[in-house]
Amino acid sequence: MRYEEEEMDVEAILKEFEPSLENLIPILQKMQRAFGYLPMSGIERVAKFLGVPKGHVYGVATFYNQFRLTPPGKYQIKVCTGTACHVKRSYVILEEWERRLGIKEGETTPDRLFSLEKVACVGCCALAPVVVVREDSTETFHGHMMTSKVNGLLLEMLRKEGKPIVQGVGS
Amino acid sequence: MSKELEARFEDLKSRVFEESPPSFDLQKPLITVGTATCGLAQGARDVVLALRDAAQKMALDVEVKEVGCLGHCYAEPLVTVKMPGLAPYLYSKVTPVKAELILRYFVRDGDPFLDFVMGSLEPDEIMPLVWELPRFFYEKRIIMEHCGLIDPENLGDYLAIGGYQGLVKALSIEPEEIIQRVEEARLRGRGGAGFPTALKWRICRANANGSAVVICNGDEGDPGAYMDRAVMESNPHQVLEGLAIAARAVGANTAYVYVRAEYPLAARRMRKAVMEATRVGLLGPSILGTEMALEVKVFEGSGAFVCGEETALIASIQGERGMPRPRPPFPAERGLWGRPTLVNNVKTLALIPKILVKGPQFFSTIGTPSSKGTMVFSVVGKCEQAGLVEVPMGTTLRQLVFDICGGIPEGRSFKGVQIGGPSGGCVPATLSDIPIDYEALRDAGAMMGSGGIVVLDEDDCMVEVARFFLEFTQGESCGKCTFCRIGTKQLLEILGDVTKGVATKEDLNLLQQLALDVRDGSLCNLGSTAPNPVLTTLRYFLDEYMAHIEEKRCPALQCRDLIAYYIVPEKCAAGCDACVGTCPTEAIYTMKTRKKAVDQEKCVKCGECMRACPPEYRAVVRISPTRDVPPPQAPPAEDGKPEKIG
Repeated sequence: MRYEEEEMDVEAILKEFEPSLENLIPILQKMQRAFGYLPMSGIERVAKFLGVPKGHVYGVATFYNQFRLTPPGKYQIKVCTGTACHVKRSYVILEEWERRLGIKEGETTPDRLFSLEKVACVGCCALAPVVVVREDSTETFHGHMMTSKVNGLLLEMLRKEGKPIVQGVGS
Repeated sequence: MSKELEARFEDLKSRVFEESPPSFDLQKPLITVGTATCGLAQGARDVVLALRDAAQKMALDVEVKEVGCLGHCYAEPLVTVKMPGLAPYLYSKVTPVKAELILRYFVRDGDPFLDFVMGSLEPDEIMPLVWELPRFFYEKRIIMEHCGLIDPENLGDYLAIGGYQGLVKALSIEPEEIIQRVEEARLRGRGGAGFPTALKWRICRANANGSAVVICNGDEGDPGAYMDRAVMESNPHQVLEGLAIAARAVGANTAYVYVRAEYPLAARRMRKAVMEATRVGLLGPSILGTEMALEVKVFEGSGAFVCGEETALIASIQGERGMPRPRPPFPAERGLWGRPTLVNNVKTLALIPKILVKGPQFFSTIGTPSSKGTMVFSVVGKCEQAGLVEVPMGTTLRQLVFDICGGIPEGRSFKGVQIGGPSGGCVPATLSDIPIDYEALRDAGAMMGSGGIVVLDEDDCMVEVARFFLEFTQGESCGKCTFCRIGTKQLLEILGDVTKGVATKEDLNLLQQLALDVRDGSLCNLGSTAPNPVLTTLRYFLDEYMAHIEEKRCPALQCRDLIAYYIVPEKCAAGCDACVGTCPTEAIYTMKTRKKAVDQEKCVKCGECMRACPPEYRAVVRISPTRDVPPPQAPPAEDGKPEKIG
């Protein structure tokens, strides 16, 4: 689900928690689950709720890998860079996505259709190298990836979206 | 007292069995599918759906259950079929189609469809036991004994195999006696450092005064090890039982299960297990009607490797950035919210019930003189049968790689292993006969660590392996200590230079010195072990570093700045286009002879053409150093440029 910032109901999330610092990370997790990322306005609201400086919440949000401060794409493309995938050259796959999408790892295409990220081991090392594509809340695993398969996946997603098939779709 | 307790436990058991009968007692065909994360990733969900769907269509009365992980990742999805009166058969690599066939032939028509069977799980006249297959034979399962065999979401299953008896025992003896038994078992923490568990408990107990906190550390961050996840997903109650016993031993009334963010299934199953156990009175305000109270919370970490360090883990529960602090005071003295806190790894806790039930001698007779019991390793990388393996301490690396995991694929040669994850080191093949225990690995410069083992073959560049792990720890450094924050960054840059062929010999001295400084100048284990991959590769594989520096050559043909892909014209088949279509950057062009050549300017060295080239030609080769690549042999086309097609 993607929301614009003004539509986000941070209060509804905060209602479920006691204002104790122990709940900071669970609150942020819940917020990210609801909105897909942590909007700045939400961070400010959480800081007020817990009575801590904004900097503290921001510090925690940027410290942990799980949290993102920018909205993800409709299709979240996650390239596994765990050890087993690395020795089977997952970096080649990552680069291919970067080339095809015209964005770097950690970025989202301007049309917010695709976002690309590196993730730690997703736990199916026997299938290495692995790419996980997340759409809404379903994750599809694609094992034994090759650069040609990247192209195939991308074409499939573009067709589903009714988008013209060109190279560097994000640029 | 003890009698009364046991009576209450028996009463509780019969109540649970009534509510959720154990899977094994059913008088109808039972099919179990391994649906831990690894199974799911390989399509176990589709198999479950296909089985349920087909069973309905064929109007068969079967029970399809989801269980955890047997640890045999190479053979997932694994399906077990138990027909009444027959031993349970294990089927490997089941697809939805296979699943339907098994249902039709075995469940409906009674033919076990032996072609697909891996083995039987119990003695049987038709099929050999899976436990006699090499992959199972060397294993000694204590932690993972029931993983993949019971339904992790059914408390009845766990009680039926003797679960929570350790807790009953713990409640009937004095806390000091519990610690005594753990001490006699000579259990050492399975989190990596190998600190004696009983000693940690005793320190915590001395400070506790009944208000201690116990934390189960399931923040497994090593990028290539997943045994904690497998245990939490496959047998959560065993971990909870250990947690409750530890709480009784140190005098705690609050406990946390800290699960890594990337493990949503593990968190869900742990949560469900806590709820179930609390509801029936195995946890909660009055455990089995005794005075002991234990509130268990499941806390999801947020993805920070450093949170495996206990002080950082505690900071993150307190809603702070996960940064370690100096010790002493140790968490066992002053930890979460200032209370004495015991932090134990998932596997350590999972061993506790077994030690109490089977007695300390059962445990202390397994293993080597200094390291007792078993250890779970996740063996991945260049081996045939990757997965989780639980073996006695003292098993050699060679046994692990060759006898258990089937050796190196495609006849390539064994170069060594990287053991212990990012904090561990690289052990060369020449040392692979050392028995694995805490001390032997430390002497070799590596570490038990998480138990992650990456098997490396001749195609793996050791400099690149060291660089990969350092890149990981560098990114995960919390930034508190200067040496860890800046030192690892500098180490990484030097290693990067080596792989690019621009480093000098002096850089190697700097690398060595700086690695030692980072080790000594860091507060926590993340920093002090981060240089291990560098130090061990320098120690055992110096020749590879030298080849990169002096000859600009990567002996394993891996470092991309030092290699080039080249199509040998003599081998290339005119008219074959296999490579052209796979090249992502259109770097392959056709020469006048209709053979192919690589435009080195455009090539991004992904290696796709090499994979695509049909085995009868094998015309694509890697060449290092790049100066050895023959000049382009393409006769220019009429307009002076090579003719390009595709």
